[in-house]
Amino acid sequence: MQRFSIVSLARNALTGHKDWPRYWRSPKPKAAYDAVIVGGGGHGLATAYYLAKEHGVRNVAVLEKGWLGGGNTGRNTTIVRSNYLWDESAHLYEHSLKLFEGLSQDLNYNVMPSQRGVLNLAHNLGDVREGIRRVNANRLNGVDAEWLTPAQVKAFCPIVSISPSMRYPVMGATLQRRAGVARHDAVAWGFARAADALGVDIIQNCEVMGFDIRQGRVHGLRTTQGEIATTKVGIVAAGHNSVLCDMAGVRLPIQSHPLQALVSEPIKPIHPCVVMSNAVHVYVSQSDKGELVMGAGIDSFNSYAQRGSFPVIEHQMAAVLELFPIFSRLRMMRTWGGIVDVCPDASPIIGRLPVEGLYLNGGWGTGGFKATPGSGHVFAHTIAQEAPHPLAAPFAFERFTSGALIDEHGAAAVAH
Amino acid sequence: MLLIPCPWCGERDETEFRYGGQAHVARPLDPNATGDAAWAEYLFMRDNPKGWFRERWNHAAGCRRWFNMVRHTITHEIASVYKPGDPKPELPE
Repeated sequence: MQRFSIVSLARNALTGHKDWPRYWRSPKPKAAYDAVIVGGGGHGLATAYYLAKEHGVRNVAVLEKGWLGGGNTGRNTTIVRSNYLWDESAHLYEHSLKLFEGLSQDLNYNVMPSQRGVLNLAHNLGDVREGIRRVNANRLNGVDAEWLTPAQVKAFCPIVSISPSMRYPVMGATLQRRAGVARHDAVAWGFARAADALGVDIIQNCEVMGFDIRQGRVHGLRTTQGEIATTKVGIVAAGHNSVLCDMAGVRLPIQSHPLQALVSEPIKPIHPCVVMSNAVHVYVSQSDKGELVMGAGIDSFNSYAQRGSFPVIEHQMAAVLELFPIFSRLRMMRTWGGIVDVCPDASPIIGRLPVEGLYLNGGWGTGGFKATPGSGHVFAHTIAQEAPHPLAAPFAFERFTSGALIDEHGAAAVAH
Repeated sequence: MLLIPCPWCGERDETEFRYGGQAHVARPLDPNATGDAAWAEYLFMRDNPKGWFRERWNHAAGCRRWFNMVRHTITHEIASVYKPGDPKPELPE
């Protein structure tokens, strides 16, 4: 890997920037690997990177059905935060946020983090109580959090309407200053480039067609590029986790739904932070290109189509206009959908499955991007050590049998 | 947007309906004799097929009745609707 630096930039400028090397190789799959990660999104690539970097497991392949970061990694609204209510979640997402803070240096790749602050607005007394409770819970867990009055909200984000004549007036907000956004594609590319440099084989256009399971143990997988022998498989396939686990005979508590997002035409910088609102239900930030990036909730029905229904878009546009009357004449440019895998308790599953050697990192639902480095970090530990990372232990698959759910519905600073 | 044929009211917009998830998930007949794994199966484990799916819908802003529907999860094509208690239709090819 050619490291990016002022020296390499100057050297390549002299040759007209024509000699930059490719970020990663495109190898043919080998006959056998120590571990295979199924899914070349951010979480899968991060898992491979930390397997190689922290655990010395370098004979690793990442199999991707399409192209790198073409699923939810390239489709999310890029928000990074850790202000979750419950201890287990706060620790996991805070771990991820801390990794995000040093990620560009670690990967030698600019993932364009911007800790511009995330506001979670409160519009009724229930919201206010939930918000203040969450601020206190966050502080006890070492997560930065503040409660803002409507006037302080206005000072922090001047374009938000706090007019008392609104149907759902702003009654306050939680603020996490260290939260913000990062460039989603860059996270996938940075992890892929760094993993490739450590010897990880990243194999695109390679779909898994089945598993070789004998006596309750995985021995390999069948792919569109041939058979691969391995004793450890990490499934990190987001919306398609159920499809893969079905091939292995494992039933999951996961349902796949479309989650839609959209962007406006680009405008000059006007939106200084990220604004989220559960009650009127939308979240809005402004990208570096100037587009407003917006999202809200899932389409209710199960789907593997990367598109959803128009009323969901209509609903979030109404919410945007309620909060930001200034955007009333803005035109929308693109909408799209991603397939998110949602667990009954809106928390992920990280750990081993009932088939020996088979591991799952999924069920991230609507909020996986923020967890990308942390998720890969704890999952790599879980696979390499064959024991859950302490932060991942509460998220084990067995919690659905034990009943120890981590119910982030309505507690995760977002309406699911 | 889905145009859903309620078996009682006919075709109506998706926004009139609530989704109820997988159909034909039966509650264990004797809860006291049901172990943790079987409870987990009943409460949480669900089919999540990429293809035809039998699912429940409620016509919340209409007749408020429940019914079942066979829908494809990639194309969103609706093959059939049937009332609770009706025999399970075969899934289309």
